[in-house]
Amino acid sequence: MNRGRWKLYTFLGLGFAFLYIPVLLLIVYSFNESRLVTVWSGFSIKWYLELMQNQQLLDAAWLSVRIAATNACFAVVLGTLAANALVRHGKFRGRTVFQLLLTAPLVMPEVITGLSLLLLFVTMEQTIGWPDGRGFTTITIAHITFSMAYVAVVVRSRLSQMDRSLEEAAMDLGARPLRVYMSITLPLIAPALLSGWLLAFTLSLDDLVISTFVAGPGSTTLPMVVYSSVRMGVSPQINALASIVVLIVSVAVIIAGLSLRQRPAAKGH
Amino acid sequence: MVFMTKHHLHDRHLSRALNIGTPYLWLGLFFLLPFAIVLHISMAETALAQPPYTDLMSWVDDGVLQIKLNLQNFVTVFTDELYLAAFLNSLWIALVCTVLCLLIGYPMAYAIATSPERRRVILLMLIILPFWTSFLIRVYAWIGILKPNGLLNNFLMWLGLIHEPLTILHTQTAIYIGVVYSYLPFMILPLFANLTRLDFSLLEAAADLGCRPFKAFLKVTLPLSLPGIVAGSMLVFIPVVGEFVIPDLLGGPDSLMIGKMLWTEFFGNKDWPLAAALAICLLGLLVVPFVFMQRLESRMGGDEL
Repeated sequence: MNRGRWKLYTFLGLGFAFLYIPVLLLIVYSFNESRLVTVWSGFSIKWYLELMQNQQLLDAAWLSVRIAATNACFAVVLGTLAANALVRHGKFRGRTVFQLLLTAPLVMPEVITGLSLLLLFVTMEQTIGWPDGRGFTTITIAHITFSMAYVAVVVRSRLSQMDRSLEEAAMDLGARPLRVYMSITLPLIAPALLSGWLLAFTLSLDDLVISTFVAGPGSTTLPMVVYSSVRMGVSPQINALASIVVLIVSVAVIIAGLSLRQRPAAKGH
Repeated sequence: MVFMTKHHLHDRHLSRALNIGTPYLWLGLFFLLPFAIVLHISMAETALAQPPYTDLMSWVDDGVLQIKLNLQNFVTVFTDELYLAAFLNSLWIALVCTVLCLLIGYPMAYAIATSPERRRVILLMLIILPFWTSFLIRVYAWIGILKPNGLLNNFLMWLGLIHEPLTILHTQTAIYIGVVYSYLPFMILPLFANLTRLDFSLLEAAADLGCRPFKAFLKVTLPLSLPGIVAGSMLVFIPVVGEFVIPDLLGGPDSLMIGKMLWTEFFGNKDWPLAAALAICLLGLLVVPFVFMQRLESRMGGDEL
């Protein structure tokens, strides 16, 4: 390895240190006995135990998980359909707008998405009487709208890398497109569907801004509880909660990463 | 045989309708239509009602539909110096942070893209992991580090480098740190996608012809990775202009950002029409970089994201 390479890897190491040290410190201090989060006074798991007693937080976590799971299922279906449209249907009319609508949620500032969806729900309730109040349904709809864009990105790249000879063979043997899609295409892109599902799940679990806009009085999600307690200062309970979330997400990323690594019939690497 | 082809044709139509129609309908209803409503409400007046704004349209006695458009909110946004300062500061913060992300992210993406295949997968996973980890939690982690009696100050004082705690939390510097930290993976991922497809034999050719490595980088690598640079920069710049969580948790009273002001107008002052007008102006500001990104992406086949 030459000197330039070493410099590059040193820089990479520093970059990773920057990305990881804050979260690692958070995890370390979640085991701190003291209430003063930044002064170490001994190992303890009492904040984890306290967390398990916090009913408000547990309720919010349960609501968030239900929203995230519902969202992920819908987002995978819609995102996969959108990816099919872009990869398999070539230049259809309105493709530019379609692509625009699918990219915009990825970069749109959350305050805009949140406000506009809330105003939509309010207007709809006034004119057609649905949705009746805001809560689970409105938050889930809002999350699907941005999650499906992420799923589309993941599925699309897998779909366009796919080797199509198996599908063509099945078509030649007379299988109908839907059958081909179900029994050949779907199994081949399954890893992308799994990682799309997990990504949609974690994105939803994490969302604060959009949820706050479209939530009703009775529906407080986990990030909302975290946010309101963070605003009052650093608390060891939140450190403990953060550590659990980091653990869950790491497992999800590793599953998604491993499943995307095995690409049996994919071209390329 | 003819019978089967007819079936296939029918299937093809059905597939088109399903694949294109369903997502189109969803995004049209829940993404595009809302903007029309925001525009509509930005021209209403606040009222003590539920929801807190007036109707634009009303029926006058003799069956005439009266439409009142109220542009006062936009006048307020454009003439109040506070909003103007917030817009300018948001653009400035987004610009500075995009440049910082690029300066840190480019060498990292380059190092990953040029490393051996097996190592590359692991390094890439290490970039994706923080991207998936809760945004809120990662911003929160910095509060404990940056506050006056926080970990950074304790560490620096323990080293004896400083004797008084530095004030970093609730300043613009804290916003820069928080934004670069949170958005760095958004810069690295498209850059990496671009750099892995780069033909490195071009660099060898340049070296064979006697080109120094740095010059070869400037003449070959950098121009070829321009699509990745643009995609990454837009993925950072556009959302950061409207960022709320970071300025709210790490910023101070002097670091105005438009996302935070919109939030305050909406939740604090309950002025929905003014918040809607701010959203429209922010949207108008972001259309140019967005269209730029979109055009580049459609030319490149959209693999950068």
